[in-house]
Amino acid sequence: MEIPEIVGAGLIVIGAGIGIGRIGGSAMEAIARQPEATAKIQTAMLIAAALIEGIGFAALFAK
Amino acid sequence: MRANFTVFFAFAGLLFFSPVAHAQAENVEKSQHEQAHHEDGHNTDTHDEASGEKDIKGIIKETIQHHLADSYEFHVTDGIGFPLPVILVDGGLKVFMSSEFHHGSIAEVDGNYYKEYHGKIYKTDALGSLSYDHNHHPTNHKPLDFSITKNVFVILVMAIFMFFLFRGVAKTYQTGLAPKKAGRFLEPIIIYVRDEIAIPNIGEKHYKKYMSYLLTVFFFIWFLNLVGMTPLGVNVTGNIAITFSLALMTFIITQVSGKKDYWMHIFWMPGVPVLIRPALAIIELIGLVVKPFSLMIRLYANMLAGHVVLMSIIGLIFIFESWIAAPAFLGLTVVLSLLELLVAALQAYIFTMLTALYFGSAVEEHAHH
Repeated sequence: MEIPEIVGAGLIVIGAGIGIGRIGGSAMEAIARQPEATAKIQTAMLIAAALIEGIGFAALFAK
Repeated sequence: MRANFTVFFAFAGLLFFSPVAHAQAENVEKSQHEQAHHEDGHNTDTHDEASGEKDIKGIIKETIQHHLADSYEFHVTDGIGFPLPVILVDGGLKVFMSSEFHHGSIAEVDGNYYKEYHGKIYKTDALGSLSYDHNHHPTNHKPLDFSITKNVFVILVMAIFMFFLFRGVAKTYQTGLAPKKAGRFLEPIIIYVRDEIAIPNIGEKHYKKYMSYLLTVFFFIWFLNLVGMTPLGVNVTGNIAITFSLALMTFIITQVSGKKDYWMHIFWMPGVPVLIRPALAIIELIGLVVKPFSLMIRLYANMLAGHVVLMSIIGLIFIFESWIAAPAFLGLTVVLSLLELLVAALQAYIFTMLTALYFGSAVEEHAHH
C-alpha cells in the first residue's frame, strides 16, 4: 500500500507543532520561576522555535 | 505633535486595510474580465450554481497567485501602475518597456519577437505562436532575462531610501551625541542589534567587523516585510530568489571569516575518538549547507504563508457573500495583519540573530585543552 507524501508532511508538521509548543510551555514556566531572566529566556526560546519552524516549513514545501 | 499622531494613525490604518483593498480591487477586476469572457463566448446559459462557485474560487486562487508572483510591470490596482523596463540578452542587449506586452501582444525589437506567457518571456515569430510539450509547457527559446521586475524595482528603491535614511542619521551625530530626526526612532533599534544580537553571539573582540552587514540585513528585511503589508501589493521577502541571495551572502561571509578552530571543528573534531572523526566531518559538511538553507526557507515560507493566509481570509468574504461574514472576516484580517506586523519584525530579528550566531561560530577561538 502506498502512503501519500502529504501524510509524511502532516506528521512532520505535527511533530514541529509539539516541539514549538513544548518550547513555549517550558519558557513560560522558566519565566514564572525567574521573571528577572525573561529577556534571556525569550531569546533562547525564539531561536529554538525558529529552528524547528524551519523544518516544518521545509516539510510543507518539499511535499 | 497632534499632526504627527494624525499621520501615524493614517499610516497605521493604511497598513491594516491594505490587503483588503488590494484583494477587492483585483477581484473586481478579475470578475469583470470573467464576465466579459463569458459574454463573448455565449455560454452563460450553461452555467449552473456549482460552476459559479467554482469560478469564484478559481478567481481567488488566481488573485493570490498573481499577488505572490513577480511581474514585469508595477501594477497596484486597475489603472494605477506603470510599466518597467525589460532587459533581455539574446544575441545582444534587447531593452524595451513591459507596456509592449499589454493584452497579450508581442514585443518587437530589432526584428526579434518576444511574448510573455505565464510570467516568462519566450522568443516567438511575428504571429506570437508558441509550441507546447506534453506538459503544456512552451518549448520556445527563453532568452536570458535581466529585467527590472517589480521586485527588483522595489529593492532598488529600498536601497536608495535606506542609503539616504541612514546617511542622514549618521550625519546628525557629527554635531552632538543626542539623536535627532529619524535617529530618535532608529537609535534604540541599532543599539539593540549591537548589544543584544552582535555582542552576545560574536563576542566583544570581533563584532565590529560584522555590524554593517547585520544592520543592513536587519533593516532591509524589516522594511521590505513592512512594504509587503502596504497596498502596493509587493511580496519581495516572500520570493525564494531574494531570500536565497541573502542566505548566500551570510554563507559566504561565514566561510571567509572562518578561523583555524572553525575548520578544525568541521574536518577533524577535537575531543572525540579518531574513528568517529571522519563521520562527524561528513555531518558537519552537510550542516554547513543546511544552515543557510534553513535561513532561506524560513524567511521565504513565513512571509509567503502570511500573505496567503491574509488573502485567503479576504477571499472567504467573496465565497460566503453574506453581510455577517464580511465584517467578521474583515475583523479577522485586521487582527492577523497586526500579527503580521509582529512577524515582519520577528523574522528580521531571527535572520539577523542566526546570522550573528553563524559568524560567532566562525570567529570563535576555543581554549586549548
